[in-house]
Amino acid sequence: MSELATEPCLASQTVGPFFHLGLAPDDRWRHVAGPHTSGERIRLRLTIVDGDGRPIPDGLIEIWQADAQGRYPHPADPLAAEADPTFSGFGRSATNNEGVCEFETIMPGRVRDGRGGAQASHINISLFARGLLARLISRVYFADDPALADDAILALVPESRRSTLIARRDQAMTGQWVHEIRLQGPLETVFFEV
Amino acid sequence: MGVDFDRRSCHDSGVPTTYPRSDWHDQPALLYPAYHATERRAPRLPLIQLPHTLSELTGPLYGHNALGDADNDLTRQHVNEPIGERIIVTGQVSDEDGRPVPHTLIELWQANAAGRYRHARDSHPAPIDPNFTGAGRAMTDERGQYRFITIKPGAYPWRNHPNAWRPAHIHFSLFGSCFVTRLITQMYFPGDPLLDSDPIYQSIPGARARQRLIAHLDPVVTQADWALGYRFDFVLRGREATPFESPR
Repeated sequence: MSELATEPCLASQTVGPFFHLGLAPDDRWRHVAGPHTSGERIRLRLTIVDGDGRPIPDGLIEIWQADAQGRYPHPADPLAAEADPTFSGFGRSATNNEGVCEFETIMPGRVRDGRGGAQASHINISLFARGLLARLISRVYFADDPALADDAILALVPESRRSTLIARRDQAMTGQWVHEIRLQGPLETVFFEV
Repeated sequence: MGVDFDRRSCHDSGVPTTYPRSDWHDQPALLYPAYHATERRAPRLPLIQLPHTLSELTGPLYGHNALGDADNDLTRQHVNEPIGERIIVTGQVSDEDGRPVPHTLIELWQANAAGRYRHARDSHPAPIDPNFTGAGRAMTDERGQYRFITIKPGAYPWRNHPNAWRPAHIHFSLFGSCFVTRLITQMYFPGDPLLDSDPIYQSIPGARARQRLIAHLDPVVTQADWALGYRFDFVLRGREATPFESPR
């Protein structure tokens, strides 16, 4: 046991409806990739809907993702020194009145799973909103990725619910991926506890 | 007063391998019907436990020079000073093991002294203060210490139930060392009679966990003839087993 004075983590509280003031006064953080970032450019278009199927116009999404080679610019990643110096991996955007937010980023590479293999390409999601007393955590994977079949995290999710974590190509717009985050209902998105 | 996230900061000597899960008695349940907005927004299916991979053990870092001069002084962001009771809010950010969390970003937002947010969706008929935005940022120092100067926010009505009023509060957002440690919470003020009837505050099951969201009026922090001082310490997820974790 540590000799240091210890207390458990402080309780979470909702961001409420006015978080834009402090967290998203403008939309600069929806641009995750810079002009010199390497990798396949994608736009990730997320729509958040509530238990009545109505879009959530006052939600906040944060994304955290690896660079195109699956590296994170953080000391916990042994490959951090080689990570793309033009890519922070972090994005933040509030939803609009249609419950939509979009990120300009790159397709993440496969992140090592610590057991000699690699996870399927994914983007880590934190969702905050009025009515959410704590952050919701989810992941976005990408349809038609052969690595989905072997992904150790997806394997923890009941097969019938895995599709709630998988974005699909927008047939109408090249490079755009679309994904719905459903807070409730028969297609409720899988949320994780970390 | 933006913050540019980048990779230049190296804030942490040790590289964690895992972060033990919190005691959820200290955290609100997602579904808390007295807070009506949870009813159509809280997920109904159980959360799935996510092993901590590199994706969870890493997180955004940011540059040391990213903050502006007045970012942590909300009384100096305009030509004149805002109306209201000037206060100092200071404290330490540490983790569940008692280790300080240095060089981490803290963001805050709040209503003005009249209980009005400078926000298009706030329709409360109380005055906007042209000298108060209500947003601030600070980085913790090497010892995990932070400090803000602001004005005490006012209470305001909301539509959750008849005659519902939020107690005075300041919203705080912290990142900590990785994806797991992200925390957004609210700080309250001692002796506020609205706390007893506030469903957002009361959604926290443990009395001790609720108490810890109330700042302490501190005569050491208070500056004579100028501003009352409040101490408010943050604890983020820790890297080792904590003695407070309940047995499973």
